[in-house]
Amino acid sequence: MPTALITETAHGPRIDAVNDLGRAAGAASGMMLADARTLCPDIAVAPSDQTGDLDFLEKLALWAQRWGPWSALDPPDGVLVDVSGAAHLFGGEARLLEDVHAACAARGLAARAAIAPTAGAAWALAHFGARAGNSELILACQDDAMRILADLPVAALRLDPNVLTVLRRLGLKSLGDLAAIAKGGSGLEGNVSEASGRDALKRRFRSKSPTANPLIRLDQLLGKVPEPLLPVIAQTMPLVQRRLMEPIRHRSLLDQVLSDLAADMARELEGKGEGARRLELGLWRVDGEVLVRKLELAAATRDAAHITRLFTNKLEDIDAGFGIEIVRLRASWSEPLSLGQGDIETAAEQHGTSLAACIDRLTVRLGPEAVRRPIPRASHIPERAQVWVPPLEHQAASQGTLEFYRRPLKMLDKAELISVLYASPDGYPQRFRWRGKVREVVRVEGPERIAPEWWRERSSVRLRDYYRIEDAKGQRYWIYRHGLADDGRGGMPAWYLQGLCA
Amino acid sequence: MTSAATPSRATALHSPSVGTAVSGVSSARLSVGMAACAALKPVRASDILAQSRRREARWRPGLLAASHSEVFASAQDASGAGTALALARDALAAQARAQRSDPLAEVDDQRQILWVQDREAIRLTGRPYAQGLPPDLRRRVIHVAAKSAQDALFALEEGLRCRDLAFVMGEIAGNPRALDFTASRRLSLAAEKHGVPLWLVRLEASADLSSARMRWRVEAAPSVAPRWNADAPGDPAWQAELFRARMHPPGEWILSDEKGNLRAAEPRKHTAAADIGNLARPTVGRSLAAL
Repeated sequence: MPTALITETAHGPRIDAVNDLGRAAGAASGMMLADARTLCPDIAVAPSDQTGDLDFLEKLALWAQRWGPWSALDPPDGVLVDVSGAAHLFGGEARLLEDVHAACAARGLAARAAIAPTAGAAWALAHFGARAGNSELILACQDDAMRILADLPVAALRLDPNVLTVLRRLGLKSLGDLAAIAKGGSGLEGNVSEASGRDALKRRFRSKSPTANPLIRLDQLLGKVPEPLLPVIAQTMPLVQRRLMEPIRHRSLLDQVLSDLAADMARELEGKGEGARRLELGLWRVDGEVLVRKLELAAATRDAAHITRLFTNKLEDIDAGFGIEIVRLRASWSEPLSLGQGDIETAAEQHGTSLAACIDRLTVRLGPEAVRRPIPRASHIPERAQVWVPPLEHQAASQGTLEFYRRPLKMLDKAELISVLYASPDGYPQRFRWRGKVREVVRVEGPERIAPEWWRERSSVRLRDYYRIEDAKGQRYWIYRHGLADDGRGGMPAWYLQGLCA
Repeated sequence: MTSAATPSRATALHSPSVGTAVSGVSSARLSVGMAACAALKPVRASDILAQSRRREARWRPGLLAASHSEVFASAQDASGAGTALALARDALAAQARAQRSDPLAEVDDQRQILWVQDREAIRLTGRPYAQGLPPDLRRRVIHVAAKSAQDALFALEEGLRCRDLAFVMGEIAGNPRALDFTASRRLSLAAEKHGVPLWLVRLEASADLSSARMRWRVEAAPSVAPRWNADAPGDPAWQAELFRARMHPPGEWILSDEKGNLRAAEPRKHTAAADIGNLARPTVGRSLAAL
């Protein structure tokens, strides 16, 4: 039965993949489903799951490391395995390919496989070798790659679709055509001098990105240019669990299990030389429900008592139902944490908590957005000039502010509108009303003009003239006039009080 | 004995632990008391010594901080936070001076500072602004925005238990029910036990029962005019009244923060300057020659 996998887009469902029957009926990936229905009315559809596919591909890449020491992903549907020096373990390259086909077939995967000296050539052979009639899917090192691959279409170069369109319009259909021009020599125009053909291609495709530049791809395929690949490396998350003989329904028992698990986890992490940054506690209930509690830590830790204490606060609202039978603790994010040197003066460690533990306790109770640190940012707009970051994040170095800018000690979250009496619209303020009280301005310094950041704001945003003022009682404020009277960006400028000076 | 000699002691409830006072100071006060009794006798050397000690007991900048201080201030300006920060930095500097003889002590203090505010305090006076903080504190402040006074008290207590903090600053608006004498006593004990000073700013609050070791009442004072621009606001100044303290007699000062150094001056006498009006006559509509 013809089947297609679809994703919903703004223009309606679009086909991601089709099976062989569907392809025979006329549907193709990238087509709109409505178009495919006109060709093949009885096509069956199912939603596609791209993240699931990628997860599966990662697992497949790890599994494929049975044939070579490392493998790389080739999304959406390929895996590259480095088998250099490993083929003899399977009895030669041909036997290795047979093994690949057999192993994939046993798992219900339809696979095309090829072996070549470079990743690009192997990819081209695997995708287009069989279609072009090449019975031989193994390219040995001593073979002339271009002679064997010359018949393959340019799509075998792993290029973007728009680049393929350009090449097709230029009449360059096969790798042989392209290689002939790139090399100079015969091909389409026989009398062109040695370098000019390659130069013409270079001028035509200026992009540095390999997927948009056929010359780079061709050189990669021939092994003239290195092609770095990102290997897939398996990382196991530290995981400890307890399967309980009797489902537990009481908090005290759960606390006991939790502290046991935390101790196990601490030992597990210590063995790996790591500390946990994020922990997930899963509670499997008898009736199949799974309750998950997550915990993020400000710094890597493997202190069992600390972990237990933080989780205890999160278990208040657990509904055990008919009982909990499995408790599992997983460290989904861990960082290297070396063994600490004990202090000579042990008393220094006995009293109080460390800063990371203190931040953790505050974050667990008050939430991560309540505990933050203000750090300066490169901007002249006062409210943009500081940014709030998690407290123990690494602070990037930043340019200091100039000393002659005096800034207020505290800044209101939102500048408050004040009504100001002034001698002239662009002069000093003389009296103002804020929070229902009229204050006389005794001393003023200013204006400090801060222009809007034109590169990120609209052109109608007004500038600000900041004044530091002190009133008759000695209270010091930071106020600004929003705009000028005749700047053409609104009416008379309003005044705002933004900061409270010490 | 201490409670008898301390003028500010109001009720017995305020002296939870009489025996913990520093013995040197309390003995000085005792001898002062004896000197007062023996006023008719000729002056002796010990009396003069006692007198000078008594003068020393008066608060001045550069003394070590009390473990738990409260600063009462209005929410109309940042004088509360400003004073608390200036006092805290002064106490840190005093601590550094005291530890200078210790070769193992940290030379450059890079400990963090916890600044806790409840929601009402944030609404009234805003949040700390990194570029307005003193340069040495700019990258050391960890801010906690608590939803309620109860959460703020929890954060303060957790901060006081942390050995890696230089000091803890709190800002709580009004007199919330959660901040009663028990809560304040908890904070005092935590601060004393772990040696982390607490500076609690009370915005728009009345001075209720508290176990704070020093209680200040501050308001903004006119600043000294800067040398190069007399019309500009100068270094921040505050009128501060120490109205209850364990170690010091109460008093009143004009505190000012000059380039990070705390200065204390005697308060200016309130002399109402006579309003002599505008001396220059208006010249509108007339030429100067007609005058």
